[in-house]
Amino acid sequence: MIPLLLILSGVSIFIGVGDLSASQLSFDNEEAWELFFISRWPRTAAIILTGASITICGVIMQLLLRNRFVEPSTTGTTEATMIGLLIVAVWFPDWSLFGKMSIAATCSLIGLLVFLKLAQNLPREQPLLIPLVGLIYGGILGAVATYFAFQTDLLQYLGVWLTGEFSGVIAGRYELLWIAGALTLFCYLIADRFTIVGLGERASKSLGLNYQSIVLIGVATVAITSSLVVVTVGVLPFIGLVVPNLVSRFMGDNLRESLPLVAGYGAIFTLFSDIVGRTIRYPYEIPAGTVFGVVGAVIFLWMILGRKNHV
Amino acid sequence: MISVSTLTHSLGHRLILDDISVEIPKGKITALIGPNGAGKSTLLHLIARQNPVQTGVISLDGEDIAKTASTDMALRMAVVAQELGVASRLRVRDLVGFGRWPQHQGRPTEVDKAAVEKALEEFHLLDLSDRFLDEISGGQRQRAFVAMAYVQDTDWLLLDEPLNNLDIRYAKSLMAKLRNMAEEKNKSIVIVIHDLNYALANADYFIAVKEGKVAFAGETSDVATSESLSELYDAEVNIIESDGKCFAFHH
Repeated sequence: MIPLLLILSGVSIFIGVGDLSASQLSFDNEEAWELFFISRWPRTAAIILTGASITICGVIMQLLLRNRFVEPSTTGTTEATMIGLLIVAVWFPDWSLFGKMSIAATCSLIGLLVFLKLAQNLPREQPLLIPLVGLIYGGILGAVATYFAFQTDLLQYLGVWLTGEFSGVIAGRYELLWIAGALTLFCYLIADRFTIVGLGERASKSLGLNYQSIVLIGVATVAITSSLVVVTVGVLPFIGLVVPNLVSRFMGDNLRESLPLVAGYGAIFTLFSDIVGRTIRYPYEIPAGTVFGVVGAVIFLWMILGRKNHV
Repeated sequence: MISVSTLTHSLGHRLILDDISVEIPKGKITALIGPNGAGKSTLLHLIARQNPVQTGVISLDGEDIAKTASTDMALRMAVVAQELGVASRLRVRDLVGFGRWPQHQGRPTEVDKAAVEKALEEFHLLDLSDRFLDEISGGQRQRAFVAMAYVQDTDWLLLDEPLNNLDIRYAKSLMAKLRNMAEEKNKSIVIVIHDLNYALANADYFIAVKEGKVAFAGETSDVATSESLSELYDAEVNIIESDGKCFAFHH
């Protein structure tokens, strides 16, 4: 996995409209280094951080809800973030970036907690109900956001977040993602606790784990991380769903073992989508979110259909 | 000793446990019996602190369980629940390994690892240890969960219908294991059980619950009679002694 990640990172750094190759990165070539530090490196770093952190969000939500088909974009969390961003744009446009982020993260946290409450009342025997209710709930929140954006003439603003893509990433405009990366690392440190929570409330209590507080930590991490990603690069649907399911098939759900792979493959899939999006109509770009929408749908179908011979 | 005093519990408007006071002896196997819906599992869950106590007090060796830290309780009492619907894909070895979590809090030592290997062997799970929980049968999963509680190595072990899904061989071997734990290691075991024959053969102590009240409680030989059991289940049960063992005939 690591060699693949390095190769794709290299490719990601050296493709683009501006001319840059490894040989140009010598000591005296200031122009090449400038391009590297202002545009190429930030973009590649942003892709890796985004890919890793949104797949971790997916995996944590899947364990907390004990359901394979949830992730922030199928449970209304991203829509709640959008509402938060619109509130910021309308009423607090001159707040600092941190303040704006806090409002967005608070909104996605509320959105996620309401969804958890909804999900609690659904019968466990019907695992598909949870994502279905999530999609409906997300639809309602999305409609509220659209109406609000329409009334305040911010529809275009909303459109920017709806498609996740990395073409706007340059130095100074992606650094928030490092916080998402740090949160991902934090999740790895308490991975065992999330795995136990995935065994259910009873098992957690029997092992002396404070179930409620781990769930809250998980929910807060997901809310903050996903709103950081939405603010910086936009919504990248599907990756948080497809990658964890793919890794889980081979590795299982012991997060201590599987989390690095989940994060790594999340980064790889995102890099791959972005590279394809940048080269397929060169010099124009197709958003990485769109590319992955196509690739992810195929993989997802394969997983669902392939399961039959497995069980 | 676990002592339950004036315990009342209701779900919504329905009274599940009605002013229960009973003591569970230490170092013995106690069978918790009674008809379906009598409140056995609720009682077990309250003792195991799965649900908060509404009124009454449950104490473990004189300490109120509601006031003991849960990390502390996990070192003294292990629980195997009845529903083991697991959505997560864990390997059997990893699951059993989590039984040592209360001891190592995420940093397993050699002692923890050895305990896990030993439990895998004793519960005949070595061949399955690298399989995922969702790829083994219900009975195998049941054994994995019992092994997980077993490695927790607590003084108290509570099991809710542990014989569900087990075939005769594993049911016998599980009961023998529990007997052995009580006799050799002075562990205290509480099982919710429907199979009266297994209960008669292995339990030292009976607690019968009916309609949220304690119907009877005491040493097996004192309380498990044809009359008491027939009344408990509202069905004819005959206790017949043969070769010094008691058998329950009910059909």
